[in-house]
Amino acid sequence: MDFSFSENQQIIAESAADYLAKVSGTAAVRAAMETPGGFDVATWQDISSEMCWQLTHIPEAHDGLGLGYVELCILLEQMGRNLLCAPFFSTVCLGVNALLLAGTDEQKHHLLKAVAQDGTRLAMACAGPGRHWGNEAVTVEYETTSSGVLLNGVYAHVIDGQTADYIVLAARRAGTRGNQGIGLFVVAADHAGIQREALPCMDQTRRQARISCTNLELDAEATMRNVGHAGPLLEQVLSLASIGMAAEQLGVAEKVLELTVDYIKERKQFGRPVGSFQALKHKAADMLLQAESARSAVYYAACIADEALRSGPLASELHESASIARAYCSDAAFVNAAEALQMHGGAGFTWDFDVHLYLKRAKASQHYFGDGAWHRERIARILLGETA
Amino acid sequence: MKLGFTSTDEAFRDEIAGWLAEHLLGEFEHIRYRGGPGDEHAYFRERRAWEQAMAAGGWIGVGWPEDMGGRGYSLEQQVIFHEEYARAGGPGRVGHIGEGLVGPILITHGSRWQQQRFLPGILSGEELWCQGYSEPGAGSDLSNISTRAVYDAGKDNWSITGHKTWTSLAHEAEWCFVLARTDPASRGRHGLGFFLVEMQQRAITVRPIMQLTGTSEFNEVFLDQAICASEQLVGEPGQGWEIAMALLGFERGVSTLGQQMMFQNQLNQIITVARRNGATADSQIRQRLAQAHIGLKIMRYNAMRTLSGNMVDGSLNRAAMISKLYWSIWHRELGNLAMDVLGPEAEVAAAQPYELTPLQSLFLFTRADTIYGGTNQIQRNIIAERSLGLPREPRMTG
Ligand SMILES: Cc1cc2nc3c(=O)[nH]c(=O)nc-3n(C[C@H](O)[C@H](O)[C@H](O)COP(=O)(O)OP(=O)(O)OC[C@H]3O[C@@H](n4cnc5c(N)ncnc54)[C@H](O)[C@@H]3O)c2cc1C
Repeated sequence: MDFSFSENQQIIAESAADYLAKVSGTAAVRAAMETPGGFDVATWQDISSEMCWQLTHIPEAHDGLGLGYVELCILLEQMGRNLLCAPFFSTVCLGVNALLLAGTDEQKHHLLKAVAQDGTRLAMACAGPGRHWGNEAVTVEYETTSSGVLLNGVYAHVIDGQTADYIVLAARRAGTRGNQGIGLFVVAADHAGIQREALPCMDQTRRQARISCTNLELDAEATMRNVGHAGPLLEQVLSLASIGMAAEQLGVAEKVLELTVDYIKERKQFGRPVGSFQALKHKAADMLLQAESARSAVYYAACIADEALRSGPLASELHESASIARAYCSDAAFVNAAEALQMHGGAGFTWDFDVHLYLKRAKASQHYFGDGAWHRERIARILLGETA
Repeated sequence: MKLGFTSTDEAFRDEIAGWLAEHLLGEFEHIRYRGGPGDEHAYFRERRAWEQAMAAGGWIGVGWPEDMGGRGYSLEQQVIFHEEYARAGGPGRVGHIGEGLVGPILITHGSRWQQQRFLPGILSGEELWCQGYSEPGAGSDLSNISTRAVYDAGKDNWSITGHKTWTSLAHEAEWCFVLARTDPASRGRHGLGFFLVEMQQRAITVRPIMQLTGTSEFNEVFLDQAICASEQLVGEPGQGWEIAMALLGFERGVSTLGQQMMFQNQLNQIITVARRNGATADSQIRQRLAQAHIGLKIMRYNAMRTLSGNMVDGSLNRAAMISKLYWSIWHRELGNLAMDVLGPEAEVAAAQPYELTPLQSLFLFTRADTIYGGTNQIQRNIIAERSLGLPREPRMTG
């Protein structure tokens, strides 16, 4: 048993921190927030062609680096810390994972190569409007036609949907519910029958689009594996994405603690640093507990994600470990950001201090791929042996 | 990063599990799952005999170095040992203070004579220990100790006078380690000594304190010129604080994973109740059961990090710093959850006049988890000051 970073992993973390300090400091984040697409195109090009981070866990056979999910989570943690504005999460945690798990050989060959060589951006559209998560949230329907399938319906909150080059679409056979009848498709974002609308978002560091499909005609080339029975595949992709987002949330939980500790050591009231008041010290200690525990949950889940991607002996723990990490990290990031704001006093309420950016990211992140209660309910079903 | 254990370690797991399965039978069958915090009074005589059975099997001091009479097991093997012990329902160890605290401190700070005199009694399960730190005026502020130790050059021994309190198992233990002031003019952390004191002497009176459970596992201890031979002072006069703190460091050790297995047993018991009485249909209870499960899993991952990484060189990493705060909050909430899962049933005790059910004991005793071994407020002070570098609280003078 060894639950610590290897020397190589340590180096990846440090170099990612150095790099992001350069390209994703406060000024860069605020500039990216103002752009129409929500990210700086040159930075994305640099990340995808120089750093090649999007290749981290893609196998070498598909032109990837063949590293693991732990390495990927190390990068995502740093991105969370720096609120990196880039279509990285959507491309890698959603798009690449969907291709790895559900792509046909052709789709993998063609699209993973495009991601590797040209920095092609991917997104995944899954949930319809409403307060649902997981497979139940899929509302877009497909019908089988003589030449393929026909999709109709609306995806309400597609991360980076507006700027993606290709989109993975989750749909269900008309009339099915829950885990039944799910099919996955992958299609060029400018395909006829797809309409994309960029949504203005409270969290300006991550963009969403609303995507409508109107008689979208797709052929066999676009159809991914197990069409009509892809519920389990979709659930796996979402669990992998959840682990990635938990890693970002860990970064947020840690960064706001650091910002706060720095601030309360300096800020003086009543003739002493406010950080010497026990009311604040104890909150800071609780924030550390949250951040450290979030770290344990994320990297345990990342090890399990590797097992799942390589069909290792612990692969069956994927959903459980993903829900543990997400239930914990969603709260940890939000609670820490909220306490950080309080401990900054009036300064925390200003546009100029960064705390609000983290608060907004933390709140938005709580509602992607299941909120805390949803993940806890999933755990309860596993715990009580109620899963089908 | 690598989860799981090697095949050699797993073979060792089978060995210990096998031994326990063979020995926790017959006279010991009914003490399975008994004892431990909150239940320390239960079957004490049988558990003493069990301690000696463990000793005969060579299972005490498995992590101690071999030249000290231990078995020199690796961290992984110690973890496995503690896990299997708890999984088998091994009773609360009456010798845990000796094995977990006194042994390690004598191995690192004791004289050759002290090691030869005291380690064998711990390894044989024949001499039990208690911890004489707290006093009426020295709780969270432990350095405010006023118990005095006076050296008699003629007899070459120390005479100790003072009032200790909350001393767990003092009524059962043969020995007590006592923190006392060797320099009467000193204050705070200076001028303290760390003494190994025999409990069986007329100068020592033990008075049990009844706890909220109606039972007594801690005591007041009055020392009135209690005698302690000079070779029973660990280190030098004045080194007491340093040694006392080193000893507290051992409390965050490998046994935490065994403790978690005990927690798992308790959570399983609560889930069984919830299934039986239909509490699983209540969405709030479902959320809290899941929360408990999540919390326990993460406690385990935290411990794995502590054991894998920086603990090896003895430095306290962040995951280790939060350990007490984390588990005590979790466990206290588990006790609370147990009551809420039971609902109205939670009220009914096991027998007249005041014999509590195991889950009632769990609920009540877990209120102490956030107090002993440094209260949660003190834990937060330590984390804020040592891990985060926030300014110390100004101390009142005068
Ligand atoms: C079941 C049990 C077993 C025990 N066994 C032993 C034993 O075997 N040997 C032994 O020596 N001791 C033992 N203790 C004693 C234990 O270590 C003390 O109870 C503990 O350190 C707290 O001290 P106190 O009870 O005097 O509380 P106090 O120190 O009086 O604390 C009262 C309250 O004030 C708070 N407080 C105190 N100082 C601060 C501060 N600086 N900042 C913020 N809040 C503060 C505390 O958190 C607490 O809420 C045991 C206690 C219990 C409950």
